[in-house]
Amino acid sequence: MSNQKRAANAENTELLRIQALRIEAQLHGEWAEIVKGVDLVLRRRELVGLIGESGAGKSTIGLAAMGHVRNGCRISGGSVLFDGIELRDMDSGTKRSLLGVRIAYVAQSAAAAFNPAHTIGSQVIEAAVCHGVMSPDGARERAVALFRQLQLPAPETFGKRYPHQVSGGQLQRAMLAMAMVCGPDMIVFDEPTTALDVTTQFEVLHAMKQAIQAEEMAGLYITHDLAVVAQLTDRIMVLRHGDTVEEGDTRQIVEAPRAEYTQQLLNVRKALKPEHRSAEGAPVLQLKGITASYGRSGPQVLRDVSLSVPPGTTAAIVGESGSGKSTLARVATGLLPPSAGGIELDGEQLSYRLRHRTREQLRRLQMIYQMPDVSINPAQRIEVIIGRPLTLYFGMTGQKRRARVEELLEQVDLPADYADRRPTELSGGQKQRIGIARALAADPDVIICDEVTSALDQVVAQEILSLLLRLQDETNTSYVFITHDLATVRAIADTVAVMYQGEVVEGGAAEDILGNPTTDYAKLLLSSVPQMKIGWLEEVTQARARSARGETQTVPGNA
Amino acid sequence: MRGFIKTLSQAPLTAQLGMAIIVIYMFTAIFAPLLAPYGERAIVAGQYLGPSWEYWLGTDNLGRDMLSRIIFGARNTVFIALLATILAFIIGIVMGFAAAVSGGIVDQVFSRLVDAVMAIPILIFGLLLLTVFGTSIPVLIAVIAVLESTRVYRLARAVGMNIVVMDYVEAARLRGEGNWWIMRHEILPNALSPLIAEFGLRFCFVFLFISALSFLGLGIQPPTADWGSMVRENASLIAFGDPTPLIPAFAIALLTVGVNFVVDWFLYSVSGLRE
Repeated sequence: MSNQKRAANAENTELLRIQALRIEAQLHGEWAEIVKGVDLVLRRRELVGLIGESGAGKSTIGLAAMGHVRNGCRISGGSVLFDGIELRDMDSGTKRSLLGVRIAYVAQSAAAAFNPAHTIGSQVIEAAVCHGVMSPDGARERAVALFRQLQLPAPETFGKRYPHQVSGGQLQRAMLAMAMVCGPDMIVFDEPTTALDVTTQFEVLHAMKQAIQAEEMAGLYITHDLAVVAQLTDRIMVLRHGDTVEEGDTRQIVEAPRAEYTQQLLNVRKALKPEHRSAEGAPVLQLKGITASYGRSGPQVLRDVSLSVPPGTTAAIVGESGSGKSTLARVATGLLPPSAGGIELDGEQLSYRLRHRTREQLRRLQMIYQMPDVSINPAQRIEVIIGRPLTLYFGMTGQKRRARVEELLEQVDLPADYADRRPTELSGGQKQRIGIARALAADPDVIICDEVTSALDQVVAQEILSLLLRLQDETNTSYVFITHDLATVRAIADTVAVMYQGEVVEGGAAEDILGNPTTDYAKLLLSSVPQMKIGWLEEVTQARARSARGETQTVPGNA
Repeated sequence: MRGFIKTLSQAPLTAQLGMAIIVIYMFTAIFAPLLAPYGERAIVAGQYLGPSWEYWLGTDNLGRDMLSRIIFGARNTVFIALLATILAFIIGIVMGFAAAVSGGIVDQVFSRLVDAVMAIPILIFGLLLLTVFGTSIPVLIAVIAVLESTRVYRLARAVGMNIVVMDYVEAARLRGEGNWWIMRHEILPNALSPLIAEFGLRFCFVFLFISALSFLGLGIQPPTADWGSMVRENASLIAFGDPTPLIPAFAIALLTVGVNFVVDWFLYSVSGLRE
């Protein structure tokens, strides 16, 4: 049905035209412009990427393309024409007849988008049946076909499962099926793979690309990851602060970006470290044969894990969610007593339990957290946040403490007068700098960095990584860097330990592991990291298919 | 200070009204001896006189001036309620936060203890304790504070639990901070808004509780002026169509409504809820 409709329209006709779109948001009772006159044209069968950091207005534009604005926002100017219909002043009846049928939406978190109390199947076909597009049986058949297309396991019975019975990647694909079931003309994808692990992301991207091509749909793909968008879209629009920075063909943007900001985005996470440090001297932190579980009879989340961190180097622990990498940090810091194994700091045996460790031992092992919003107390002034370790460990008070706080602030590139501010007045990147300054205040030997950049925008994350490296040069502190992001590892690590299901499957010098992984899992993980290269997705898929058939194995693109 | 005045001027009419009521009550309570035309316990005229220019609200069952007693009553009832509420909050917050921070056995012991106290209706338990320990004002305050602290404990524990899982609390633990420091510096500042809102509500309940106890004869003892006992003393008048017992009742109701107006507005502005 929808295919006929599409065939009747000539190729390359316009589907969506956004003109001089302006959107305002209400902040403290005043209206501020968050989208400042953006133009966008989407033709049929075309996939356009909207890329930018948080606050760039990309999601707002994506929603406006469906005639929707968030609460507290309003469209103050411009027009949104979808197939000749002005969506801006559309009544809710017309909107209902369009949304879900001709325009669909795929959200970032499938877990939050699905109702846990209904089966996946009933939710996937709901829109089609409610809108009277299909009979329940017809919709069910269509859903099964889509499940098959999206390479979901057991497509015939997949719809009978509940959301908690399938994995995150499968649920994300099921949401895609939900969006596609009516055969819409356009789908708005809002960061559909951001919350997934890299290996899962790879599968979802692959299935998604094939399904979109088979269904001949147009789409807006919103993401912050240029490498992902380069695999999928025909054109890319780079946004910043609600304005268009650059727009062009995907190839042009990736290979010959014009705007400086686009170049900056392309350059993120290029290797920052001029040379990898070799492991000299006795290890400053050493974990030996750690085995740990949550609860007395719980399953083992760590099995015989060993790790050794030489002084002044960065040891990266890489793995997907559930691999036990954060648990390892909890063991090292004493929050989770292991059932076996040894923890040594500079040759000195540490107690399993936090409260049996001396204050001096606590001082030497510091931690930086993933979410700067919750890792520094919003009710305390910066001076107190950074100054407390100074008082606790070094007995500094008053003027002396204040001077040291200002010194530390300058070390993390923040103005000294930030000492009087509160965390709520700072941006995410600035808060993370405060977290770093707090760890530095203790003058530690080892800092455990738990996913410290994953909550930040790419450009900001890059700045934080450079800062950490510079501080390492200045203070010779060792880092244990826990991350799921291999690009980060490549940028800063000296040694790497790859974790999978509670075990270290491969470990050694960074260049060896990243350049020439030996275990299957490490190969899979490394080859799943999106490369800033057009055609990468296909290359890897083909290489994997070849190796599955037993031919010579080449994993491309880990330069 | 300017920001505070701006916030006040932007508050809805009900909140402004509520604040005006509270301010007037506080003023009356503080300056009672100056405002009252007669003494608190002075018998100035005959019994049950109606309102006149001399005795604006008439006289009570012993011939004391109603207006003067209402004014002094503000002092007694409001301040006892305030003191009892503050004490209840100190007990409840310390125990609740301790349970949240320590968890395990401390949490179990405190929580089950509180459950046990809450299982007995508060008025009955209150009457029982006052009968055993006597009805002096310190005992009254202590009994009310202990009984009301169970409610505060549950809120403080729940709010504390949500904050304890934050990374900044973990960071404090890793730094080697003790539980008291964590309760004081990490949890309390972040738990303040729900606790302040609860304080307003709890104050109303305590206030009503004291009035109820006084009405039943186990609260503030005569001849001290108190709104609850004033209702009781003059209760029989209502049968003769005399509105005198309604005057202290109205004073109680007005303050309760005023405090609730302010609390509603406060809750609304901190939670960002839409109506």
